[in-house]
Amino acid sequence: MSARVTGAVAVRVLRQLRRDPRTVALLLVVPPALLALLKYAFEADPRAFQSIGGPLVGLFPFITMFLVTSITMLRERTTGTLERLMSMPLAKLDLLLGYGIAFALMATVQAVVASLVAFGLLDLHVAGSTVAVGALAVGNAVLGMALGLFVSAFARTEFQAVQFMPAFVFPQLLLCGLFVPRDEMATALEAVSYALPLTYAFEALQRVTVDGALGTTGYIDVAVVVGVTLLALALGAATLRRRTA
Amino acid sequence: MGAQAVSVSGLRVRRGGRPVLPDLSFGVESGRVTGLLGPSGCGKTTLMRAIVGVQVVEAGRVEVLGAPAGSPELRRRVAYVTQAPSVYGDLSVRENLEFFAKVLGAAAQKVEAAIDTVSLGEHVDQTVGSLSGGQRSRVSLATALLGDPELLVLDEPTVGLDPVLRGELWQTFGRLAAAGATLLVSSHVMDEAEHCDELLLMREGRLLATETPAGLRARTGEQRLDDAFLALIEAEGEGG
Repeated sequence: MSARVTGAVAVRVLRQLRRDPRTVALLLVVPPALLALLKYAFEADPRAFQSIGGPLVGLFPFITMFLVTSITMLRERTTGTLERLMSMPLAKLDLLLGYGIAFALMATVQAVVASLVAFGLLDLHVAGSTVAVGALAVGNAVLGMALGLFVSAFARTEFQAVQFMPAFVFPQLLLCGLFVPRDEMATALEAVSYALPLTYAFEALQRVTVDGALGTTGYIDVAVVVGVTLLALALGAATLRRRTA
Repeated sequence: MGAQAVSVSGLRVRRGGRPVLPDLSFGVESGRVTGLLGPSGCGKTTLMRAIVGVQVVEAGRVEVLGAPAGSPELRRRVAYVTQAPSVYGDLSVRENLEFFAKVLGAAAQKVEAAIDTVSLGEHVDQTVGSLSGGQRSRVSLATALLGDPELLVLDEPTVGLDPVLRGELWQTFGRLAAAGATLLVSSHVMDEAEHCDELLLMREGRLLATETPAGLRARTGEQRLDDAFLALIEAEGEGG
């Protein structure tokens, strides 16, 4: 592993993003736009917006980074650049960390913009600190990135990679407790929700937005998210092969 | 005979359930330009991948610069250019080279030198995706030159290039070899054999001959290397 190579990967990924201003604009504009949509859709029931809005600010980066990473990594695989990098003096961790740094920076900007709009313009209130919500958002982005890296190994085309979003992300959003409290779900689904990482990401956000602080449960949630991120990165590293058939 | 940069013995590779290379043994002399020639689909790319160490092999030994192919220490000493240009289409020529130079730990001025070598000076700030196919493969080639590799494995580097540029590239290959590097260059065009010091002629996963261009002419009595290749195939057919 080397800081020089990790840095080179991060700079390269950011340069690629800069060459694609439309994607960057979408990454920054869509989350606040959806939050605004939500606010006015729930005009008759402002409490619904207040309870969903806070956690959503922290979950958007998970969704977008999952998608962006799985497609970027798939491109790296299909255009042969991954094979070239694997034949060079580059540690797998250099590549994964380089991606992680670049996308975490992007997610930070995304979270800041979404927070400014939500807390500043849309009158969203949370019990705890908005900075904590932002920090959890960046953590969730890294989780999304790690999962996206891993699943990209199972897609052969960009069409398939895009389909992984409804396949992997939507069920987690539905079962994490955002829309329905988990204890009101069918028992089997509640059991399943314990196995999904987004459940813990959401719970941590809920502690901050509702209780005002992470507390013991919240710290356990954060630990689970960190653990799953590391596990997904390790699994992702295992899919980067120096030798292929 | 000089030292061997690559030595292969009993190499067997299966791809998609089919034996692509049933049993290959040969050597590549160091400090020379060796041409790997044969029709499309004869196993050239698979053989190159095995030498670079990115191919899963079933049996046999491939030794490169004194170490088993694919050893970590070789990642700095061997450069591989695939047939499809493996560079980032959304970055400029310079950004691509700067990135790979950082990964290889090559000095910044290597980037300019590599751009010069492949004559892409006018296009440095263009994104690679906006270049022609031939220009793109030159970017890919330039990438391989950054780290001063001891062994360059180039898969069809001259496909789609105009004759002038092709001639210049072969001169560059000659210069690199004169400076001590070993080059293994594949092509399916027999004309290109002329530029090589040594030839490996392949057909259906087997080696028909390892010769110098002059040796090949003497052995077959043919002047055109295309005809010489045909003569070899016929001779093999008769010999069983």
